[in-house]
Amino acid sequence: MPQGTLDMLILQTLVLGPAHGHTIAYAIERGSEDVLQVEHGSLYPALHRLEGRGWITSFWGTSENNRKARYYRLTPDGRKQLTAQTARWDQVVRAIGRILKPAEQK
Amino acid sequence: VSWRRFFKREQWDAERRREIDAYIDIETDHNIARGMTAHEAREAAQRKFGNRTLVQEEIYRMNTLTFIDSLARDLRYALRGMHHSPSFTAVAVLTLALGIGATTAIFSVVNGVLLKPLPYPDPDLLVGVWQSAVMQGRRVNNASLAPPMYFTYFDQNQTFEAFGAWSPGAANVTGMGDPEEVRTVVVTQGVLPALGVQPFLGRWFSSADDTPGTPETVVLSYGYWQRRFGGDRGVIGGSLVVSSRPREVIGVMPASFRFPDADPEMFLPQRFERAATTPNFSFRGIARLKRGVTLAQANADVARMLPAAQEAVQIPPEAMAALRMGPALRPLKQDVVGDIGKVLWVLMGSVGLVLLIACANVANLLLVRGEARRQELAVRAALGAGWGRIARELLVESAGLASIGGVLGVGLAYGGLRLLVFLGPANLPRLAEIAIDPLALAFAAGVSLLSGLAFGLIPVFKHAGPRIAGALRGNSRTASLSRERHRARNTLVVGQVALALVLLVSSGLMIRSFQALRNVQPGFTQPEQVQTVRISIAAAQVAEPARVTRMQTDIVDKIAAIPGVVSVAFSTGLPMETEYRINNFITMEDRPVLPEGQFPPMRRYKYVSPGLFQTLGTRFIAGRDFTWTDIHEKREVVVISENLARELWGRPDTALGKRIGVGMADGWSEIVGVVGDVYDEGVHQSAPATVYWPARESSRDGFVVRAVTVAIRSTRTGTESFLNQIREAVWSVNPSLPLAQVRTLGEVYTTSMVQTSFTLVMLAIAGAMALLLGVVGIYGVISYAVSQRRREIGIRLALGAQPRELRGMFVRQALALAAIGSAIGLLTAAGLTRLMASMLFEVSPLDPATFAAVAAILLAAAVLASYAPARRAGAVDPLDALRAD
Repeated sequence: MPQGTLDMLILQTLVLGPAHGHTIAYAIERGSEDVLQVEHGSLYPALHRLEGRGWITSFWGTSENNRKARYYRLTPDGRKQLTAQTARWDQVVRAIGRILKPAEQK
Repeated sequence: VSWRRFFKREQWDAERRREIDAYIDIETDHNIARGMTAHEAREAAQRKFGNRTLVQEEIYRMNTLTFIDSLARDLRYALRGMHHSPSFTAVAVLTLALGIGATTAIFSVVNGVLLKPLPYPDPDLLVGVWQSAVMQGRRVNNASLAPPMYFTYFDQNQTFEAFGAWSPGAANVTGMGDPEEVRTVVVTQGVLPALGVQPFLGRWFSSADDTPGTPETVVLSYGYWQRRFGGDRGVIGGSLVVSSRPREVIGVMPASFRFPDADPEMFLPQRFERAATTPNFSFRGIARLKRGVTLAQANADVARMLPAAQEAVQIPPEAMAALRMGPALRPLKQDVVGDIGKVLWVLMGSVGLVLLIACANVANLLLVRGEARRQELAVRAALGAGWGRIARELLVESAGLASIGGVLGVGLAYGGLRLLVFLGPANLPRLAEIAIDPLALAFAAGVSLLSGLAFGLIPVFKHAGPRIAGALRGNSRTASLSRERHRARNTLVVGQVALALVLLVSSGLMIRSFQALRNVQPGFTQPEQVQTVRISIAAAQVAEPARVTRMQTDIVDKIAAIPGVVSVAFSTGLPMETEYRINNFITMEDRPVLPEGQFPPMRRYKYVSPGLFQTLGTRFIAGRDFTWTDIHEKREVVVISENLARELWGRPDTALGKRIGVGMADGWSEIVGVVGDVYDEGVHQSAPATVYWPARESSRDGFVVRAVTVAIRSTRTGTESFLNQIREAVWSVNPSLPLAQVRTLGEVYTTSMVQTSFTLVMLAIAGAMALLLGVVGIYGVISYAVSQRRREIGIRLALGAQPRELRGMFVRQALALAAIGSAIGLLTAAGLTRLMASMLFEVSPLDPATFAAVAAILLAAAVLASYAPARRAGAVDPLDALRAD
C-alpha cells in the first residue's frame, strides 16, 4: 500500500474523533472493506511520521477496556491536509472517470 | 527529523515500546473475549501486529541521523580502543603533537612575518623609496635619500599620495628622574599620512612642525606614554625635555601601531633646511602610491625627478655621474621582512618533513595494531560489515588520534612561540606580530586532519581491503611469514630514514657554518670581557666642541680608576655595532688627480680615542697608536686598517707616513699606524677597509663626535656593582648623561651571528626530532619482526643456530633498511641543500664530510635501535616458542 494512501486513511479515520492505534488499525481494515490487509504494526511508523509533520497529536488515555493507550487526534493542519488531499483524490478519480466513460458509452 | 527528537530519541523509543505493548494488550483482551486461551490470545495478537523489532527500528531510524549516530558510535569505539592500549595512544598522540606543534609554530612565524599584510590600511600601496647606485663597481639597490632629494621628490612627484623621509636614532630624556636614552624615529610630516594610521591622542606633525625655527614638538608611542606618564591624557600640550630641549607633546600613537623596521619610543620631527645641500645620504624614504599607480610607474616618476634631485645635492657633477643613480622603489613589506624569508621557508620545509616522519611512525604503529586486530576485523567482515564500514571505523580512529595530537600540538606551538618571542632573535622582523591567530589554528586543524588521513589510509588499504576474509582462513602463524605483509612497514621506515637524513644534513651544514664563523678572527679578543656603554652629549647640553672632548676624556679617566678595569677607550661605534656605522670618501695626497670618471673610494670611518685597539685587542701591524698628546696638541694623524693599506699602497709599512684626507681641500692627516682588520659587518661578511680618525674637535670645521660607545676591558663585566660604579663615574662628570646600550662586546658579537645560530638551533631541533622518530621507527619494525618470527627463531635455535647469528640477522635487516633509506636521503639532500646555500658560510651545500658523518650517524642509530629487539631474538627459548601456538 502506498505511503500516501495509508496516511490519508489514518487522517480520514481521525475525522470522527480521537482514537488509539488499535482502533485506527481496525477502522482502516474495515473501512477499506478488508481490501487493505496489513500487519497492524506497519501503522505505527506512519502514525509517528504524521505526528512528526504536525498533522496529528497524541496523548495517553484509557481505552474502553481500561487499558492505558496512546490516543491520536487530528490537528487543524491535519484537517487542512486531509481536505486538500481528498480534493486532489476526487479530481483524480473524476479525471479517470471522464477518460473511462466515453469508452463505456460506445 | 527534528533535532528535539534526535536528542530525545531514547525517550521516544521507550514511548513507542509502551504504545506497542498497549496494542498487544488490547488485541489480547479482544481475542480472549472471542474465546481464545490467554496464551493463544497473546500469540495471535503478536501475529496480527507483525514484526515488532522491524517497526521499532523503523521508528528509531526516523528519529535519528544515521550518519551522525554511527559516527558517534565509531568515535566511542575508537576512544575505547585508545583507552585499552594507553601506551600506543600516548606514543602516537605525542609523536603527532610534536609534528603538528612544530609545524604550527613555524607556520605562525611564517604567517606573522611573511604572509600577513603589514598592519596599515591598503598596505600594498606602501613602498620604500630607494635609489640604486654603483658603488665600488657594484650596483646596489639601497642608496638612501639626502635632504635636497627629499624636497625634490616631495614637491615634484606625481605618483605619491603621501611621501616622507625618516631615520632611526636615539635621544636623551632628562628632567624626569634618572636621565634616560630612548629610541627615536625622526620623521618628516609625510610619514604618518603615508602609513595612514591616525594618532590615538592629539595630532601628528604638520608642515609647521618640520619647519626650522618653530617650537619643538614630540609624538609619543603608546608604550612610552604608558610607561612614563601612566596613560595620563593630560600629557598632550605638556612639555618633555628631549636632547636637552623642551618639546611640546602633541600626540600619542595607538597601542597597535608599529613603525616599519624600527621600534621607536617617540617620534621627533625632521626639520631639514630648505637651503641645505649637504650630501647626507642617510634618510629612508617611504611613500603611499596613488590608487592605480603601479610600482613601475612610480619608478618612472622617480627616474624623471632624479636629475633635478641630484643637481640639488652638493657633489661634483662628475662624481654624481659616476654613481649612475637610478630609481629602486620596492614594496615596503620587502623592506621590513628583508632576507629572512629564505630561512623561514627552509624551516617550514624542515618541520614539514618532521611531520611526515611523525605520520610515518604513527602509520607504522597503526599497522602493527591492525595486525593484531586482523582476526577481529575479519570476523566482523564475515558477519556482514561492509568494506566502507570498516574503512570508516579505522579512519575515525586515526582522525581521533590526529585531533588529540593537534590540540596538544597547538598547545606546544603556543609555548614554543612564547619562548621564541621571549628569546627574540634580534634579526626576526615583525616579532610582535607573531601569534597563533585564526589562520594558524585553521592551519593546525587542516594539518591534523590531513595527517590523520595520510597515516590512516595506509592501514585502511592494508586491512579493510576486499581480501580481508582471507585472514580468517590462515591463522596468524602462516600469515606472518608472508613477505608482502612487511612491505608497507619497511617502506615507511626507509622513507623515515631518508627524510631524517635530509634534515640531519641540513643541520650538519649549519653547524659547520657556525664553526666556520666562530673560527674567523674577528679583530678583537675575549669580547665577553669588554663592557660597553653608549654616551651622547647633546649640543643643547654642551655647545663647545672642546668641552665635549674634555668631558669624554674625563669620563675615560674616571672609569679607568674603577678597580678591575684593565683599559678603557671609546669610539663612534664598536666592532659590529652596525647601527652606528659611518662611510665617507677618502682622498690621498699622492694621488691628487683622479682619472676621468673616477671617484674617490668610500670607506668605513671611525672616530676613536687612544687605547681603543689595546682595549679591544686589535693587533698593530705597523706604526703606533694615537696618544693623548695627539689629541691635546691636535696633531693631524690617522690610523688605517691593514686591508686599506694593502689596497692603497700594497704593503702595510709603506703606508706609514703617507697622508690622506676627507676632501682635496680639507688638508691632510699622516698615517701613523696600521691595525689588523676588524669584521665590522659581522664575521659572515668581509672586513671593511677602515680609517680611524682621532676622536677630537676637528681643527677645520669644529666638528666633534658627540655620541660614542665606551669600551671597558675588565673581568668584572656584567656585575651589578661594576655597572653602578661606571654609572657613578659618568654622572660624577655630568649628572644628566644617560647610559645606553649597556652590554658586552660579546653580546654584540653573538648577535652578529644570530641568524646563523637561530637557523642552526631550529634545524638542529628538527633534525634531533627526526633522528629520534627514525630510531623509534626502526626499533618498532625490528621488534615487531622479532615477535612475529618467534616460531622461526625457535626452529633455528633448535636446529643449532647461535644467538649471535640470530642477533646479527635482525641487526642486518635494520642496517639494510637504514642503508636504503640513507642512499635515497643522500640523493634527496644533494638536491635540496642548494636551497640553503645562501645561509651557509664557507661550507659547500654538498660538503662531503657532513654527508658522510650524517650517514654514519644514521647507520649507527639503526644498529643501536635494532640491537635491543635483536637481543630478544637471541634470548628466545626454543621450547617456549614452538609450544606457543
